[in-house]
Amino acid sequence: MSSTRRVFMMTVAVATLGIGMVRRALADDPVRVKLTLKDHRFTPDELRVPAGQPIEITVDNQDDKPEEFESKALKVEKVISGNRSATVKVAPLKAGRYPFEGEYNSKTARGVLIAE
Amino acid sequence: MLGSAVIVFREVLEASLIIGILMAALRGIPRRLTFGGGGVLLGVAGACVVAVFADTLFMAFEGSGQEVFNAAVLSTAVVMLGWHTVWMARHGRELATKARALGDKVHGGEATLWAVLIAIAVAVLREGSEVVLFLGGIIAGSSGDAASTLAGGAVGLGAGMVAGGLLYAGLVRIPMSYFWTATNLLIILLAAGLGAQAVGFLAQAGLVTQGSTTLWDTAAWLPEAGAVGTLLHTLIGYMERPSHVQGLVYAAIVAALILAGQVVQRRAPQSAASPTG
Repeated sequence: MSSTRRVFMMTVAVATLGIGMVRRALADDPVRVKLTLKDHRFTPDELRVPAGQPIEITVDNQDDKPEEFESKALKVEKVISGNRSATVKVAPLKAGRYPFEGEYNSKTARGVLIAE
Repeated sequence: MLGSAVIVFREVLEASLIIGILMAALRGIPRRLTFGGGGVLLGVAGACVVAVFADTLFMAFEGSGQEVFNAAVLSTAVVMLGWHTVWMARHGRELATKARALGDKVHGGEATLWAVLIAIAVAVLREGSEVVLFLGGIIAGSSGDAASTLAGGAVGLGAGMVAGGLLYAGLVRIPMSYFWTATNLLIILLAAGLGAQAVGFLAQAGLVTQGSTTLWDTAAWLPEAGAVGTLLHTLIGYMERPSHVQGLVYAAIVAALILAGQVVQRRAPQSAASPTG
């Protein structure tokens, strides 16, 4: 009896949390920005976005080789196959500079996102 | 060549350290090498399959396939490592007394060997698929530097395996009285770190939006990409800028596993307790 009740309560809690997440995800319209990767360089290599809003970064890899788009500061890492594009989502940022790089070619594939 | 060596090393390191810890932690259990090796082979095979179907996989879940895949793989590792630590809490002392009697079958050892096999397989799968994608892309691109890139990759792979071997060698030198506590704690922190990483991937896919604010920022003091940062990140899940929800998940996993370990330890049959311990 009590264990059934516990399971029920937990289900309700998880469901509530889930609905909350979905509603929030739908409510915030993200700022969409785009990066192009060609010859292992990002264009633009400096992006400006408003602080405090969720961001969606699309990276269009125009090289034949795969690249790993990575930023510890933005908390993203994603492998993008050659001639493919991929999108990562970033939570609202405080004003500041957030460097990113292409891990496989980090000498040339570098850039910074500036939240202001 | 150096570039590809470093990249492959970084990818291999996590899996290699996990294998080093688990092989040390299974000391005294027969057939640990068979199961460990099986996990590695399974992981490598899986990594090749994932790399081949990468484009399809990555486009799944509205382009978030890669994040969902990583989160699923990491969660599996957390569950398996968690299971192992709880099993260890119950059988650790029994193992301590039997460690020197080789071939002595430890009750229930089979179960945790399977958990360890899966944990190793998924660790190799995740990191291995990135290595295969990276090296495969270089070969397919064939810009003349393929041979040197592959050589670099081999160096990186070797160096990563040495790191795991060194960790193993260091761990088995810990005196027996602390050994089980030390390895178990290490595995708990490792599991918590992987759990926090899984949450990171879910956030990147937009599936977790709660608690996204930064808990602390130690990027200036201890950068995660540096040598010490990388090691701490891999071993205990250190992050230079974790989000609140990542911190919460980390703490919850540590608390849950320690608690579960305490509970099963108290319920363990008295006969399992070592007369000397």
